[in-house]
Amino acid sequence: MGKPTGFKELARQGLPQESPSERVQHWAEFYQPWSEQQARDQGARCMNCSVPFCMAGCPLGNIIPDFNDLVYRGKWREALDELHSTNNFPEFTGRICPAPCEASCVLNINDDPVTIEYMERSIVERGWEEGWITPQPPASRTGKSVAVVGSGPAGLAAAMQLNRAGHLVTVFERDEHIGGLLRLGIPDFKLEKHIIQRRVDQMEAEGVIFRTGVHVGKNYPVDQLKSEFDAICLTGGSTISRDLPIPGRELDGIHLAMEYLPQQNRVNQGAEVDASERIVAEGKRVVILGGGDTGSDCLGTAHRQGAEVVYQYELLPEPPVERRANNPWPLWPTILRTSSAQEEGGVRDYNILTKHFSGSNGKVEKLHAVRLEWGAPDKTGRPAMIEIPGSEFEIDCDLVLLALGFVSPERVGMIEDLGVSLDPRGNVQTDANKMTDVPGIFAAGDMSRGQSLVVWALAEGREAARGIDLRLMDKTSLPHSVSTVPSM
Amino acid sequence: MPNSYQKDYTPRLSDKGLYNSSFEHDACGVGLVANVKGKKSHQVIEQGLEVLINLGHRGASGADPETGDGAGLIIQLPHDFVVKEFGEQGITVPTEGHYGLGMVFLPTNDQQRARCQQIIESVVAREGHTLLGWRDVPVSPDAIGELSARVMPVIRQFVVADGNDSDDQFSFEQRLFVIRKQIERAVEETDLENKDDFYICSLSTNKVVYKGLNLAHQLEGFYHDLANEDVVTSFALVHSRFSTNTLGSWKLAHPYRFVIHNGEINTVRGNTNWMTARENNFVSDLLGDDIKKLLPITTPGQSDTATLDNALEVLLASGRSLEHSMMMLIPEAWGDHIPMDQAKRDFYEYHSSMMEPWDGPALVIGTDGTKICAVLDRNGLRPCRYLVTTDDLLVMGSETGVLDVPPENVLFKERIYPGRMFLLDTERGEIVRDSELKSAQAARQPYGEWLKENMVHIDDLPKPASIHEPDFGTLVHRQAAFGYSLEDLRMILEPMALTGGEPTGSMGNDSPLAVMSEKSQLLFNYFKQLFAQVSNPPLDAIREELVTSTRSMIGSEQNLFDETAEHCRQLTITEPVLTNEELEKIRGIEVNGIRTKTLSTLFDVESEDTLRQAMDRLCGEASQAIEDGYSILILSDRGVDRDRAPIPSLLAIAGVHHHLIRKGTRTKVGIVVESGEAREVAHFASLISYGAAAVNPYLAFETLADMSRQSDFLTPIDYDDAVKNFIKASHKGVVKIMSKMGISTIASYRGSQQFEAVGLNTDLIDEYFTWTPSRIGGIGLDEIEEEARQRHSFAYLDLVVSGNLNLDQGGYYQWRRDGERHMWNPSTIAVLQRAAKDNNWESYKAFAEFSNSYARNLFTIRGLLEFENAETAIPLDEVEPASEIVKRFATGAISLGSIGREAHETLGIAMNRINARSNTGEGGEDFHRYTLDDNGDSRNSAIKQVASGRFGVTINYLANAFDLQIKMAQGSKPGEGGQLPGHKVDEYIGWVRNSTPGVELISPPPHHDIYSIEDLAQLIHDLKNANPTARINVKLVAEAGVGTIAAGVSKGHGDVVLISGDSGGTGASPDSSIKHAGLPWELGVAETQQVLVENDLRGRIVVQTDGQIKTGRDVAIACLLGAEEFGMATAPLITLGCIMLRKCHLNTCSVGIATQDPELRKRFTGKPEHVINYFFFVAEELRQIMADMGFRTINEMVGRMDRLDGRKAVEHWKAQGLDFSYLLNMPDVSDDVATYCREAQDHGLEKALDNKLIELSADALENGTPVELDLPISNSNRTVGTTLSYNVAKRYGEDALPEDTIQIRFTGSAGQSFAAFLAKGITMYVDGDSNDYFGKGLSGGKVIIKPPAEATFTPEENIIVGNVVLYGATGGKAFIRGIAGERFCVRNSGAEAVVEGVGDHGCEYMTRGNVVILGPTGRNFAAGMSGGEAYVLDEHDKFRDLCNTEMVDLENLAEPEDIATVRRMIEDHLGYTGSSNAQRVLDNWDDMIPKFVKVMPRAFKTIIAERKHREAEAAGISDD
Repeated sequence: MGKPTGFKELARQGLPQESPSERVQHWAEFYQPWSEQQARDQGARCMNCSVPFCMAGCPLGNIIPDFNDLVYRGKWREALDELHSTNNFPEFTGRICPAPCEASCVLNINDDPVTIEYMERSIVERGWEEGWITPQPPASRTGKSVAVVGSGPAGLAAAMQLNRAGHLVTVFERDEHIGGLLRLGIPDFKLEKHIIQRRVDQMEAEGVIFRTGVHVGKNYPVDQLKSEFDAICLTGGSTISRDLPIPGRELDGIHLAMEYLPQQNRVNQGAEVDASERIVAEGKRVVILGGGDTGSDCLGTAHRQGAEVVYQYELLPEPPVERRANNPWPLWPTILRTSSAQEEGGVRDYNILTKHFSGSNGKVEKLHAVRLEWGAPDKTGRPAMIEIPGSEFEIDCDLVLLALGFVSPERVGMIEDLGVSLDPRGNVQTDANKMTDVPGIFAAGDMSRGQSLVVWALAEGREAARGIDLRLMDKTSLPHSVSTVPSM
Repeated sequence: MPNSYQKDYTPRLSDKGLYNSSFEHDACGVGLVANVKGKKSHQVIEQGLEVLINLGHRGASGADPETGDGAGLIIQLPHDFVVKEFGEQGITVPTEGHYGLGMVFLPTNDQQRARCQQIIESVVAREGHTLLGWRDVPVSPDAIGELSARVMPVIRQFVVADGNDSDDQFSFEQRLFVIRKQIERAVEETDLENKDDFYICSLSTNKVVYKGLNLAHQLEGFYHDLANEDVVTSFALVHSRFSTNTLGSWKLAHPYRFVIHNGEINTVRGNTNWMTARENNFVSDLLGDDIKKLLPITTPGQSDTATLDNALEVLLASGRSLEHSMMMLIPEAWGDHIPMDQAKRDFYEYHSSMMEPWDGPALVIGTDGTKICAVLDRNGLRPCRYLVTTDDLLVMGSETGVLDVPPENVLFKERIYPGRMFLLDTERGEIVRDSELKSAQAARQPYGEWLKENMVHIDDLPKPASIHEPDFGTLVHRQAAFGYSLEDLRMILEPMALTGGEPTGSMGNDSPLAVMSEKSQLLFNYFKQLFAQVSNPPLDAIREELVTSTRSMIGSEQNLFDETAEHCRQLTITEPVLTNEELEKIRGIEVNGIRTKTLSTLFDVESEDTLRQAMDRLCGEASQAIEDGYSILILSDRGVDRDRAPIPSLLAIAGVHHHLIRKGTRTKVGIVVESGEAREVAHFASLISYGAAAVNPYLAFETLADMSRQSDFLTPIDYDDAVKNFIKASHKGVVKIMSKMGISTIASYRGSQQFEAVGLNTDLIDEYFTWTPSRIGGIGLDEIEEEARQRHSFAYLDLVVSGNLNLDQGGYYQWRRDGERHMWNPSTIAVLQRAAKDNNWESYKAFAEFSNSYARNLFTIRGLLEFENAETAIPLDEVEPASEIVKRFATGAISLGSIGREAHETLGIAMNRINARSNTGEGGEDFHRYTLDDNGDSRNSAIKQVASGRFGVTINYLANAFDLQIKMAQGSKPGEGGQLPGHKVDEYIGWVRNSTPGVELISPPPHHDIYSIEDLAQLIHDLKNANPTARINVKLVAEAGVGTIAAGVSKGHGDVVLISGDSGGTGASPDSSIKHAGLPWELGVAETQQVLVENDLRGRIVVQTDGQIKTGRDVAIACLLGAEEFGMATAPLITLGCIMLRKCHLNTCSVGIATQDPELRKRFTGKPEHVINYFFFVAEELRQIMADMGFRTINEMVGRMDRLDGRKAVEHWKAQGLDFSYLLNMPDVSDDVATYCREAQDHGLEKALDNKLIELSADALENGTPVELDLPISNSNRTVGTTLSYNVAKRYGEDALPEDTIQIRFTGSAGQSFAAFLAKGITMYVDGDSNDYFGKGLSGGKVIIKPPAEATFTPEENIIVGNVVLYGATGGKAFIRGIAGERFCVRNSGAEAVVEGVGDHGCEYMTRGNVVILGPTGRNFAAGMSGGEAYVLDEHDKFRDLCNTEMVDLENLAEPEDIATVRRMIEDHLGYTGSSNAQRVLDNWDDMIPKFVKVMPRAFKTIIAERKHREAEAAGISDD
């Protein structure tokens, strides 16, 4: 903290960005970098708290006060080293993390929090720009081989850590691209795909082997996997989308978000899609069900495709603008947030329960819904959902996108074949070292944790790598990533 | 090899629990009466006894008020009396000088006594002399206390005739020394049950000691001899002891054989070790082989004074004169910045190669039987006043007025000055002046030439051929191997390199003890710095730098019994932290036979090499090097690599040091440590304190080089400057650390072991850290090795993975997620805030469970203690209600200034609402808070603190307190003064504290009116007089021996003693102090309880504790260990919104608590309810524990250590070695001995003169009618006028009374603290003189003192008032016709004073007020003076050299306004005192004006100028 009064004198400032009306005209990211001075000023706002709640808020335990200060001092390279020491891919979290660190920033008590996420992004981009990020192949090889199944953020983090610890790592990906949801789920305007590719390139140069189009359990038997590798890390994600089994669901024009978003991502990457398969919002009235991040991704995509109007409906009530009394700092604030896609337009509505769809010629035309109010908590602790009599309504629509979240990993195939146990929610069960109940088989990310944030996927992947290294070598130099301190 | 050094001397904890006799302190009243011409008379004894009685208030008594701590006197041998008394038994006593008289305490058991006498007789015979016979010394046991009489020994005298019948009295005296030592050893070696009762008071040809475990006034009635007219002497050295406890015994009574001593030898541990090491080199022509019979010179387990007595004895036996010996033991400061005759400097420098100073506050008066030599410590921390009459009477003592002397007989009145010496030669019949006697000593030998030829100064050594260059390629590995973290670079090295000062932090330490940490800990972290409190003062190394010295000698010492040119063949270094170049100079030295050997302190990690083998090897190599004739050893850990790890540097030095002491070869070599490990001040201090002469922190330098090379510093700095600053900061820090213990020279700090270990086992301590207290066991060599190996393996294995940080991210100072654990972390802070804000019991429970769960969170000793519940719990509703329990809670002493007004007042309101106590802290208080708010809330802090800065301590402040807390020390920085950075002193804070806004406020490390335990008793007395309804509360910090200090507090009539833990909060403290000083309160409270109960002193004092207490469980443990009141500070602040930014010292608290920034203060959202909710939660949690344990009330629970279990093993690889048996040792006393506070102290206020003053001033107090009184006064009338002032303040508040409403004229010698806190409206005159602390805390009153009209001496040349006059005065006037002692007007913040001369350190720390000095000043005038003005009449043009101009400018008296002020003050002085000096000045006014020097603080001048400018602007006048 080079400047003790920085937080008093300098205001929070985000990255400069294109206006919504401009940016919906294209698919690219729309943030510009800070000037050097702007970055240093934002670094100066960090108070270097003796108890940095930000660090506690970050699943990775990023050493946030240190890198803020280093940026303030203009020590970008050292900042990058500290950032990389806890986070293999700050360019991902620097773009698509909801930044729980900022929520728990001490300045957030009575001021605007430090711009931690943008700081991360600025540091790592500076690193790429300066050519500081280069392949770091291990000095020696252990002779052990590890398979990582699934190339999303958890898999990539695990692979990078394991390879750097000297193991020979092969990453299996059933899709044609490396990156999992990062690559196919998240739209380009949030994360351009070359950002992923340059990491994949770096990792390949470090010695990681990537095998796409390999679907373990389908076109690559698990026995082969088990026999070829000394350890296996399952990072296949939580890929079963939550559906909405109500009347009319079968109608044309109703799609899962995970049908819609990957297709556009593939198109953007030059893939040809048969017109009959193509889902586009151009000129359409679109309803998105689900008010979360995926819903917002659909919203931004729909606008860019030229939708006429987009509605985004949420089952739950509208969050308050300010924290509620029972939700004090440093808890994650359940408040109304506006995503960048929501800034670009669309109509948000809350407390809506969709009852059925109707249409003609097999195509959806209307969505029928009712408004809700929420009663006292029931036995399970969840508030009772009460339909408001007479509040039924219908809305015309040509495209309905279901962004209702994910249920669990796919059980059939690899998981069943490997025989690993699942937890009650259907995720792969692991111990503190991220090992399943089948020795030598580990799991991380959404596949073990359930649907979650990219930053958690990274933390889990790193932790699994540590567990694998420890198992293979009886000791490890890889650091913990998930917090080791007892929590309350 | 078993050896006596270890076996016999290592202090062992006794069955008394944590108490150890080596922790004892005493402080005393001492005096001397003599006939200057050497004329012997019995009257001298009578006068001596009268002096002793008049010093009675400086002594003390314990549970039995008639049993004193001991008193006695040394007189000359009354030859005629001896001849007569022994003659009556038919014994013919030889002629004077040819026999020795022994005075001995013997066991009461007949058989045992006979055995002792037989030993005496046989030793005498063996030595070839004759024991002529015995005499029972007639005594009256009924004249002394019952307790004392019960343990009284048989007291006998014997006469030894010189068997050689030589004419050489000195040589016979030497033989008697040999005889006495052998007798002592022979008795010690018997298995006699009561051998402890045996003690030889004196055995001498020319003097005899009468003493006993009695009070001063009982002495004459007890010893019939003392009433016998035939007992004559020309001098009497008298001594009355005030011990910190009452585990007293007859043999501990003073005086010893050669000295009387008021003070404390802080370095005694080191001095004793060095003497032990030296003994083997003793060679004496006179004694020959007999010299071995003298060993050991110092008797194990005895007091500092007794040890000093032994040392003086051996120096005298070496043939040195008394004054020569005293100059060696207690040299004055002779640093470069002290002007001094070269020959004298040479004398001191030469002798520094033979012996380190015995350092500490002291008045020592020694005698060889004919001469008497008195000396003050270099700093003048003890008073010594004396007078000589026209009829050759000399009266000397700690006070003036101890003997009634008609004023017209007084020839002159003087004091002894700091570092000066007084010599009375009764044979020559004259007093020898300091300069004369010292010149004579300096001329004894050609010391200067000897030095020139033999002494080598490091600056004179040739430039080394090569110096190690940084090796950046391996740097990071080596940093890691030595445990460096990123925090070390950013929080320690960077600030040191940039500022040249120590890094500052805030809030307390909340990390685990090293022995409970999961992280690899440096060995340094197991050691806690000791510090001075109460029994002696910490020094002020910053403001009183001139008496400190970092210079020291390295090399081989020679025979102490001789002095030759070769003795000083040593190397002088000026500072102990060495640059690489300096180290290479030493490594390559080849001058005057000085040669250096480097020993590697690495061990091989790959082979089976263990740390023990490595240490054995190292010790062996050290011994071999000495045999090979090397005189300097370098212990070096250079060369760490993949295969070799460093031995912890502290283990290496301490281990070698003690090995060589045991071998008797330690003084043959100087040891330098070359270590990559040492990098902060605490490290350097530890290494030096365990024997290193110097330290070269090469890796810190390499790190700085790397940081400089990489531009890592916030502001660019080149390597050379970074190193320079780093070394400067290190030296400042080390000097600060040693001054905390009252030690002013590196030479005496070296090897003095000023540390307590926490978490190290006895075997390890005995072998490598011999004598270091370590009271709860812990780890040994294996675990230390494991930790060293962990660091090494991290350094050389973990770094291979790219992406990993090269160095650990840290977490020691600041919380880091996976770093060192902290009790205050995101979870605990958040959930406690939720609990307090929402009054949510569930949240509190979650907080408490987390904090209390040691299974997951091992931090503290209490975490390992478990409750032993009752078989059946009692119903909760039978337990004392929470509303009663909370009354025992207090918030911590957080000053207004360190935190903002809103937070401070919120705490006050909260605590007042629940009848608990908030604390002002040391920043004074806005008197408007003494009035209730409209809603009935009170913002008045119940506890008002009186700290060394005395900020805002007025009579009104004192009168409005419920508790008056004397802050002796603070957990986060014991032994240091407070500091409030300038940016936190805004207009309001400046107003409350009477200081200058914007100017940093430093409070002095010591209270300048507490340099000893009897001084504390005096301040307690002063404060009780200032508010008879308030409890007087003394705040101490836990350390080894705090229990004995607490006993002293109880005996000094403190009502409450607060034992603070080391982890308490702070608004600003050096990081090294937060982390490395003080002990956990668990140890302090348990020791306090054990000692107080054992001595039956517990029933009259409340024990309070604080320091990271958070939960009901913490309170329960504190209570079971012995506390009945509890303080909490951090937790209440957290309920008010504190999030532990630890930025208090930067004024940038983002939640508006610890800041004065008005914008930030607006962010404060705390409410009294939050604090109240929290305290009730704590009380409820406590009640549940009480119910489970079966306690209905707190009082039942206090001190029930037997209900705590510390044996339940923990599965922690380090903590499992802990042993709490001493901690939980409940004193075994009878039922009538109180274990909690049951009665009030007897303050003896009914005896106060003020009762009479109040009665006689009734008219003035009630109606404001002027009153005039005329009364006699004596030195036993202490604190006169203070309770009268309390009555004024109670009635009239801040406005008090109109000037001169009450006028009182006294005649005589006024006692200490005359006119303390005197209120406005009262004027007091003294015709006579007065003692220390005259006008202390003057609060608007007026005080005038002048010699009596009959006096014939010249007033302006004679001392009239003592030391520390007007300390902390906030207003009023003082006119003093005569000279004042040291530290005149220290911390004055508003009084106006005229005086005719002052001693050293005048106007120190002054912040307001005007002072005119019509005469000479001592050294170091105006140190730390940040406000007010002083005008010094400098007629001899000497003042400029004596003034410390660091903060002040010296100007001419030129401004008409100033001239008018000075003239008015002198006119007033003339008017009040009739001063002829004032008359002379006024008569020659125009000539005098240019001779005045105006002392103007620079910061103050700026502020005044700004204020004038503002006023002018407001009045519409432009400057231009």
